[in-house]
Amino acid sequence: MSDDLLAGNAAARAAILGRVRRALGVVGEDAARHANAERYVAEHRAGPRPAMPADLGERFAQRAREMASTVERLASRDQIPHAVARYVDNLVVPASLAEQKTRTGVCWPEFADLDWAGAGLAIEPRPTQGHDRLGITGCFCALAETGTLVFTSGADTPTGTMLLPDTHIAVVRADRVVSGMEEGFALVRAERGHDWPRAINHVSGPSRTGDIEQTIVLGAHGPYRVHILLLG
Amino acid sequence: MQVASIHFKERAHEKLNDAQLQKNLVKFKGKFVEARRRALTELDDADATRDYARDLRQRGLDALDVWLEMFERNATARGATVLWAETPADINRLVLEIASRHGAHKVIKSKSMVSEESALDHALEGAGHTVVETDLGEYILQINDYEPPSHIIGPALHKSKEEVSELFARKHGTPRKDDIEALCLEARHVLREHYLTADIGISGGNFFVAETGSVVLVTNEGNATLATTLPKVHIAISGIEKVVPTLEDIATLMRLLPRSATGQSISNYVDVLTGVKGDGEFHGAEHMYFIVVDSGRTSVLASDVKEALRCIRCGACMNHCPVYQNVGGHSYGWVYPGPIGSILTPMYVGLENAPDLPQASTLCNQCGIVCPVRIPLPDLQRKLREKEFEGGMRPWHERAGLKLWSWFAQRPALYGWASRIGVRHLHRLGGARGMIRKLPLGFGAGWTDERDMPAPAGRTFRELYKEAAARNGALR
Repeated sequence: MSDDLLAGNAAARAAILGRVRRALGVVGEDAARHANAERYVAEHRAGPRPAMPADLGERFAQRAREMASTVERLASRDQIPHAVARYVDNLVVPASLAEQKTRTGVCWPEFADLDWAGAGLAIEPRPTQGHDRLGITGCFCALAETGTLVFTSGADTPTGTMLLPDTHIAVVRADRVVSGMEEGFALVRAERGHDWPRAINHVSGPSRTGDIEQTIVLGAHGPYRVHILLLG
Repeated sequence: MQVASIHFKERAHEKLNDAQLQKNLVKFKGKFVEARRRALTELDDADATRDYARDLRQRGLDALDVWLEMFERNATARGATVLWAETPADINRLVLEIASRHGAHKVIKSKSMVSEESALDHALEGAGHTVVETDLGEYILQINDYEPPSHIIGPALHKSKEEVSELFARKHGTPRKDDIEALCLEARHVLREHYLTADIGISGGNFFVAETGSVVLVTNEGNATLATTLPKVHIAISGIEKVVPTLEDIATLMRLLPRSATGQSISNYVDVLTGVKGDGEFHGAEHMYFIVVDSGRTSVLASDVKEALRCIRCGACMNHCPVYQNVGGHSYGWVYPGPIGSILTPMYVGLENAPDLPQASTLCNQCGIVCPVRIPLPDLQRKLREKEFEGGMRPWHERAGLKLWSWFAQRPALYGWASRIGVRHLHRLGGARGMIRKLPLGFGAGWTDERDMPAPAGRTFRELYKEAAARNGALR
């Protein structure tokens, strides 16, 4: 479908790459330069990085709180619905945002089997079109260094669920907390290398803006609040 | 964007006398500086991290053609289309072609500085498309009849909340809001509808990743995530210099970019986007286009200021610049203000169109010290000054003055005698207070319009040195 666009663009491509090579003083095809580049990529060399404590789960929870997420630790998966209900009930929102305090929402399919009704919640296992107020997701992994949730897009992990609702609740298995971005990328390579995700979204706390007088306001476009249930 | 950098002096003068702007600039001052300093201490070895970042950016530039080809190959393999733009006009033409191919009406944009270079919004509107900027700062500027941005991270930081409040009331037809939270909420409601109904999402690109053919987008608001998740078509536009070899390189840069920019440990949303949506995926672009832009970058690469291409657009140089802090971003007259702008603007639009920008610096090197990728900004400014001098672009009195000084400086005895007379005269002018209220005409008279000049102590450096050396018995 893009053939004519591309055909019309070939001259621009050649001109730009030609100017780059002239600027760099490159003459002719140099196989060694390409081989060097391939070698560098294959190495996946990491730069200097801060040391992480042994308890990655605790570090993750601490940094997530610093990024304005809230964190609750749970012992087992079947406690999730009651933890969600408790969280929603305890939410304090201003009168103007009262509709955000709701027991109705959507979740990723991996949580379809949980007894939501038993906790007094109406949670549907479907993607959101943008008008649901509560979204419950898992995550691909989490990063201890910065308190970050990592999402990889896919059929069973719709991106919108962590992005569009006012309240995002993310379930994180403690054994999926890794040190930093390097380990997160390595996991994507290991587990999604042959089905590379369209999106790897790193999310650290609620959406925020400081664009007016550098005053931080939460809920700029995405969730107003991110609550993390750390399992195990 | 129209280049108004030729008017730097007039604009700077105007901005210095703009009481409201000066008030807003004072509010702005310092917040980012202290936050950055604190955030960098979280890295066990911030200096080593910066050295590493400098080297990895340089590695990207030293084999730029190889990385660009690798990027293109991998992006294409995952279903994206990579297009090349030589000029700003090419960017706009390509975007319009893509829009018409998909029968698009509404276009939402997350922040893209490169699209400011080409005034893409005007081109889209001119062709009948609806364009909505989604970064709150950019949105504020857009509805204020496309006021130019004044800072690369906070484009509307020159505006007070009262000004934004008045603007929203006027443009949205809503009652005036008195607090910042209410203003943000109002913008959220307006923009949410646009996200859900847009046909195309346009983003910039903080980085391109050669290894995977991805674009990396960094925001706090999440607006880039929304703008690239919901519409069926995503166009990512950025400069050719933004290609980085590996994801590990991105991890290093992400330790520095948010810390240097706003003093955050990490930005709230960091997206690595690769190709079109997968089987059964509910959200995500069905068509993905990359527009990689030259528009002056290859000339910089071929020049002696090529280190400027390492820039990762954090804004730390302007946050720490005493000149920027006083004249604000608009004085610089184009997309990139502050110290990095004083290099990039003349290189992209022509030195003759921005002759004062390399001069708009005290060469104090605050910018060079804080740059996360160690761009030697004052050195580059000096190189551009030399080019201007050699090209005869400086005013005659400046050139004559320098020639005169150089003539004296090459005659040490005469120089010593003349400077002895000079400092004694200036010392007398300083009076009992030791301050000179008015310099003689033609010798920096303008400088003392705003402040007094501390008078010299009355003796030259050479006299004092000789005396001290004799005292220490070190005189040869």
